[in-house]
Amino acid sequence: MKSAVIVFPGINRERDMARALRLISGQEPAMVWHAETALPAGTDLAVIPGGFSYGDYLRCGAIAARAPIMDAVRTFAAKGGLVLAICNGFQIACEAGLLPGVLKRNAQLRFICRDVYLRVERSDTAFTRGYNAGQVIRVPVAHGEGNYTADGETIARLEGEGRVVFRYSSPDGMVDPNWNHNGAMNAIAGIINERGNVLGMMPHPENHVEAAMGRTDGRGLFAGLVDHFKLAA
Amino acid sequence: MISNEPAITPELIAQHGLKPDEYERIVKLIGRAPSFTELGIFSAMWNEHCSYKSSKIHLRTLPTSAPWVIQGPGENAGVIDIGEGLAVVFKMESHNHPSYIEPYQGAGTGVGGILRDVFTMGARPIACLNALSFGDPKSPRMRALVSGVVAGIGGYGNSFGVPTVGGEVRFDRRYDGNILVNAMAVGLAETDKIFYSAASGVGMPIVYLGSKTGRDGIHGATMASAEFGADAEEKRPTVQVGDPFSEKLLLEACLEIMAKGCVIAIQDMGAAGLTCSAVEMGAKGDLGVTLDLDKVPCRETGMSAYEMMLSESQERMLMVLKPEKEKEAEAIFRKWGLDFAIVGETTPTKRFVVRHGGAVMADLPIKELGDEAPVYDRPSAAAAKPMIVRAADVTPPLPLADALEKLIGSPDLCSRRWVWEQYDHIILGNTVQRPGGDAAVVRINDGPRALALTSDVTPRYCEADPFEGGKQAVAEAWRNLTAVGARPLALTDNLNFGNPERPEIMGQFVGCVRGIGEACRALDFPVVSGNVSLYNETNGRAILPTPTIGGVGLVDEFTQSMTLAFKAEGEAILVIGETQGWLGQSIYLRDICGREDGAPPPVDLAAERRHGDFIRALIRDGLVTAVHDVSDGGLLVALAEMAMVSGIGAVLEAPAGIPHSFWFGEDQARYAVTAKNADLVAQRANAAGMPLTRLGATGGGVLAVAEQRPLSVRDLKHRFEAWLPAYMAGAQ
Repeated sequence: MKSAVIVFPGINRERDMARALRLISGQEPAMVWHAETALPAGTDLAVIPGGFSYGDYLRCGAIAARAPIMDAVRTFAAKGGLVLAICNGFQIACEAGLLPGVLKRNAQLRFICRDVYLRVERSDTAFTRGYNAGQVIRVPVAHGEGNYTADGETIARLEGEGRVVFRYSSPDGMVDPNWNHNGAMNAIAGIINERGNVLGMMPHPENHVEAAMGRTDGRGLFAGLVDHFKLAA
Repeated sequence: MISNEPAITPELIAQHGLKPDEYERIVKLIGRAPSFTELGIFSAMWNEHCSYKSSKIHLRTLPTSAPWVIQGPGENAGVIDIGEGLAVVFKMESHNHPSYIEPYQGAGTGVGGILRDVFTMGARPIACLNALSFGDPKSPRMRALVSGVVAGIGGYGNSFGVPTVGGEVRFDRRYDGNILVNAMAVGLAETDKIFYSAASGVGMPIVYLGSKTGRDGIHGATMASAEFGADAEEKRPTVQVGDPFSEKLLLEACLEIMAKGCVIAIQDMGAAGLTCSAVEMGAKGDLGVTLDLDKVPCRETGMSAYEMMLSESQERMLMVLKPEKEKEAEAIFRKWGLDFAIVGETTPTKRFVVRHGGAVMADLPIKELGDEAPVYDRPSAAAAKPMIVRAADVTPPLPLADALEKLIGSPDLCSRRWVWEQYDHIILGNTVQRPGGDAAVVRINDGPRALALTSDVTPRYCEADPFEGGKQAVAEAWRNLTAVGARPLALTDNLNFGNPERPEIMGQFVGCVRGIGEACRALDFPVVSGNVSLYNETNGRAILPTPTIGGVGLVDEFTQSMTLAFKAEGEAILVIGETQGWLGQSIYLRDICGREDGAPPPVDLAAERRHGDFIRALIRDGLVTAVHDVSDGGLLVALAEMAMVSGIGAVLEAPAGIPHSFWFGEDQARYAVTAKNADLVAQRANAAGMPLTRLGATGGGVLAVAEQRPLSVRDLKHRFEAWLPAYMAGAQ
């Protein structure tokens, strides 16, 4: 699996992401600077990692969404290329029109860094094939603006089309406001686009990939992607 | 020499924080009256914050060397060798005054400043810690200060992209008018790629890097060198505004030009901005410096030389560049979207010359600006040693179980989760032990080694007996590193005190520094960097003496680092170290008995060393399953913490002595441990002559102390977690 990690000024989880990709795919990802206009030839997976692109001084992700490299990412996605957008990446993907909705400030108005539980809603996507539907995984979040919000029609469509792939839940998989730390609508933690080739999610699976560092619940996402490309080859 | 600058009057001199005799010294030194810009430069260099004029002679007594010390105090940060070609670069620094005036920006720029100190030396920051002292929770503004400081630290560190992994938070009414924000940053560098601030070579270009210069933070360092009066609010313009995004770019750009070999010397623009950085680079290199202020990138038009020289705008660096690398270095900075301007050059004259608009605004002897700053041996008065509180004379006002419940849910002992959840403590993917343990453990690159990091001080001990308190701060940092299985290597000290012109405050300072020095020597734990913050007083009321110690230790195999959680049911609980039941200055005495008196627990440094070495060997040999330093609140609080984090209870036997002093006394040099095979540990202890007491066994869901009401671990945890969120929600 050839991955390309997009680096905007102010992005800061690109090293975490590169390590996870290296550990699980066995291949070093390419780091692609925001001013570039093309992804490296043969890219299988484009990753927009977490951080504070351009300081997030405007709306989160708004400036990055208009950076030169994003045209290439949009073209790549339009051709069916897989795009993984995490945290600030999710915000950027929404601002870039790759995914619907917006990430508002957390309901309690504070930055939150902690492990949360996610219920995997479906396992038949390229991103979640490493998990079972209904499985609960534990991964960290670290964001101040992760409160997924969209208009009623969009939410209904996302739910109707089964495009919510991760939902905040209790450890035993129940959706419960007490376990929805940022107040996201319908406890949405991650969604895919219509075609199923762009995933946006707030939590950080890339920080839970080593047993020695605590947990490995994040591995499934990357291992599933590796499998996906193996099968495709 | 300059026409449109204000005349130098006694009032103007006083406004610059200079005493009449200090002004006389300036006139004598330069042989004439200074210009307005020069007066500003002197005030920036000679204030307490930058010159250490009251503390210098005492700081010199601290041990600062060891075979593994590469750079002690005097540079941007301290540097130690951890083998395998790697060095740890670290320092702690205060941002107290600004954080009280404007908590979000004050605390944030404190983090930004210390991060710059670390990456200026060529290190990539890998962790931050911060030690926060707040006033009485009920005092006006305190909730807003807590909220603002925590958000400010998070806002800066999270965006910059460094994990904030540890620290401490305390509440005491003595910080009502002066909160403390001490930020520590730790970075990794290759031992042969450390960058220093001494310029070398004549005619070398001096380059200005980073953000533009604005009018923020003018006189910040002078403000931080004075007491607060009723006008603290009016000092807001002296607080800088942070931009973590620019700092992140500055980090990447600096590391990139360093890797390309472009840099001769580099210095962060921190306190006193352009003045302090340019003078230090020149003076350390025995060179003169000429600055052309017309070249300085400014955020606003019409800034005067005086303003530019004293601005403390953030995210700026000054660098002496290899001339042949100019184009390459500039291209790197342009790529990162940062300002890059050649603003001066090194000269052979040893003069500090500042030009602006075609005029010479300052022309001063560069060495003397730093070296000839006044040094004071201020009178100090040691307070009388307090009486020892005898446990038998303290009648417990509450049953033991009730006291434990109360302590666990008290402002000083309750969970700090509300704070550290606002800090990204996992970014970079190397946080082995997250906040909440004795020390944070952060993996070095991809392992197997890790750093252990902690910050500690017990201010109430320091006030009661500065010498013992100074010793205790160092010993506790050393113990916390030991408890996770690390070898303590070196420390940074952040000495926060009141007005040094008062002999009793100076007495506290001198006593604490003596105690710190004594402990450092006994434990082979040198001071490699630090910062002094004096004048933490409001209307003549000083803070508790607070010499914060930031300790760094090395773990050889991070997967073997030890945690404080009970691991399984049915394991023996033991305490290593002697328990006399020392109640003087204990949290129990203060919060349960309402008494703030007595001598603090004495620190036997030889015992500390013996016990700590013993614990490390037990961890190494796999004989213990959990280890926890026994400190604030004593043994029972330590055991409750071990229970709460694991959810496993314990059954504890009746002690030999008086129960409340045994369980809540704060005797030093102790570790609570659990073991599968207690006999084996006991044999070892016996052979080593180590005091060991068997306390009971883990198991069940309650903490059951003999003859006392058993406490559900779940309820205790609820109390432990409840106080801070409820306080911040305005419920308390």
